[in-house]
Amino acid sequence: MAVVIFIETQNGKASKTGLELLSYGRSIAEATSASLIAVIFSDSDTQELTDHGADVIYTVDTATDSNFNLERYSATLSEICALEKATIVVVSSSSEGRYLGPSLAVKTGATYLSNAVALPTTYNPLTVKQSCFTNKGFAISESMSSCTVLSLSSNAFGIHPQPGRGEVKTYPYASTKSKLEVTKVEHAQESISIADADIVVSGGRGLKGPEHWHLIEDLASTLGAATACSKPVSDLGWRPHSEHVGQTGKPVASNLYIAIGISGAIQHLAGINASKVKVVINNDPEAPFFKAADYGIVGDAFEVVPRLIEKLKALKKA
Amino acid sequence: MKILVCISCVPDTTTKINFTADQKEFDTQGVQYIINPNDEFGLTRAIRLQQSHGAHVTVVTVGEVSCEQILRKCLAIGADAAVRIDAHPNDGYFVAKQLEAICIKQPFDLIITGRESIDYNGGMVGGMLATLMQLPYVTQCVGLEINGDQALMQREIDGGNEHSKANLPVVIGAQKGLVEEKDLIIPNMRGIMQARQKPLLVEAPLTIEAKSQIEFYEKPKPRGPVTLFDPSDVDGLLNALQNQAKVL
Ligand SMILES: Cc1cc2nc3c(=O)[nH]c(=O)nc-3n(C[C@H](O)[C@H](O)[C@H](O)COP(=O)(O)OP(=O)(O)OC[C@H]3O[C@@H](n4cnc5c(N)ncnc54)[C@H](O)[C@@H]3O)c2cc1C
Repeated sequence: MAVVIFIETQNGKASKTGLELLSYGRSIAEATSASLIAVIFSDSDTQELTDHGADVIYTVDTATDSNFNLERYSATLSEICALEKATIVVVSSSSEGRYLGPSLAVKTGATYLSNAVALPTTYNPLTVKQSCFTNKGFAISESMSSCTVLSLSSNAFGIHPQPGRGEVKTYPYASTKSKLEVTKVEHAQESISIADADIVVSGGRGLKGPEHWHLIEDLASTLGAATACSKPVSDLGWRPHSEHVGQTGKPVASNLYIAIGISGAIQHLAGINASKVKVVINNDPEAPFFKAADYGIVGDAFEVVPRLIEKLKALKKA
Repeated sequence: MKILVCISCVPDTTTKINFTADQKEFDTQGVQYIINPNDEFGLTRAIRLQQSHGAHVTVVTVGEVSCEQILRKCLAIGADAAVRIDAHPNDGYFVAKQLEAICIKQPFDLIITGRESIDYNGGMVGGMLATLMQLPYVTQCVGLEINGDQALMQREIDGGNEHSKANLPVVIGAQKGLVEEKDLIIPNMRGIMQARQKPLLVEAPLTIEAKSQIEFYEKPKPRGPVTLFDPSDVDGLLNALQNQAKVL
């Protein structure tokens, strides 16, 4: 019996979500007396994976293929799953994990359950709580196959280092010929992505126009946060679509979400509700966001935000 | 060129989500249904290809008779034909298998699904269908051009965009950005009239087993009231974030 984890990489190193998946997998491995197998498509340092719970680490050298390749990654992983007799496979809810999961489930004949928010409650059959209706509800679902691929909602479990055996093996990259040819990858300069960020600073129509976005950007850079926006802000072209969060945009599950000049429409809240702590700054005390937030300031963003930036900079210096 | 757009009927985005008293089912009372927003971006792209490339656009849904009004809306928006596979969409795998059957019977050059549906958020139908049919797949698709028998696509990745190409047929997972919000087509009277004449076929489903089932539902826990600070007291807020919430 084995629990297999797909470790995403960032600049060749295991990503933070990868370490969270290991912590989650470690708990499952303990509960089911299974071994915890980490698969990483990189030749990076494996010590970190051992420290976070991996019993066996497969490193896969992708050589010239520097981009995520759905067909070859899922072919490689499905071979490893068969070899290790995997009963549970865990991927993240990032764009890679959710791209890979369904394909891997079909290849291995497994059930796919997305957006798991907790450890399985039973293992035979496997049942697990998933978020659904964009965080407006949860479904407790049962898998009806002997193997299940789970995608874990980011930040749902946390990182709890606990060492595993750490046996390192190499595995060949599947030679499957890919039907899809990647021609170019564009990366936004240096910005922190919403998916990875611990803190997200988000601006709405209350900021009046793109010329005021330095407030959001300054606050975000002071906090080491990602920037985001409400839907109308991206529809109006004030900010790129990639920053649009909510039910029809990107999901946010950060530790801290700061909403500035955002009213808190149901479609916006649905997408950001999985964030742990929510702060709202809005000059309208009746704004619905105040009902969904943990902390708030009823006030003018143009006064409050510069004050926040100033205080934070002072705190950092101290 | 033949395009298939897979449509999911989902509760309107403003719906208050409730479950039946025994927590076993989603309470559909008073719920309005809409075209899943991600699918609507895909449908709009398909209609543009109909206009520019003379493509024939079929919409399909796996669902009960109540979904037909949504298919009629798709026809009014401009789709040429609609198919309803007469089954409750038990899980994503079940839906993908039903769609595969349609695609085997009647080959398509381009298959468009949504990135995910806004009800169960599975994000799995497109990827499963592509894998079952061994076709290239691009999800979170924010760009699609057809050049001869090639598809040029863009996938939104965390912090950027990935450009790729593949020979048709391909499967994509549509989302906002594939077309702009302002380009979404609102059916006009003529479209609605024409839709009545267009074919809406009902097909029997394949008998296959779903791979998962929902045991019961839960609602999120009600949250405590907000703690407010005076606009002059940003220190109070920062102190709470540092020492109480411990997120700074
Ligand atoms: C099908 C559908 C899907 C949707 N999906 C999404 C989605 O994914 N994400 C999303 O965000 N929205 C979505 N929406 C739109 C949503 O309904 C709201 O229209 C939108 O979230 C409002 O954006 P906003 O809060 O920025 O703007 P507004 O609602 O205009 O709110 C602006 C707020 O700023 C405040 N304000 C004004 N001036 C100041 C100031 N000086 N200082 C402080 N505060 C100020 C105002 O009090 C107000 O509360 C969707 C809608 C539909 C119909």
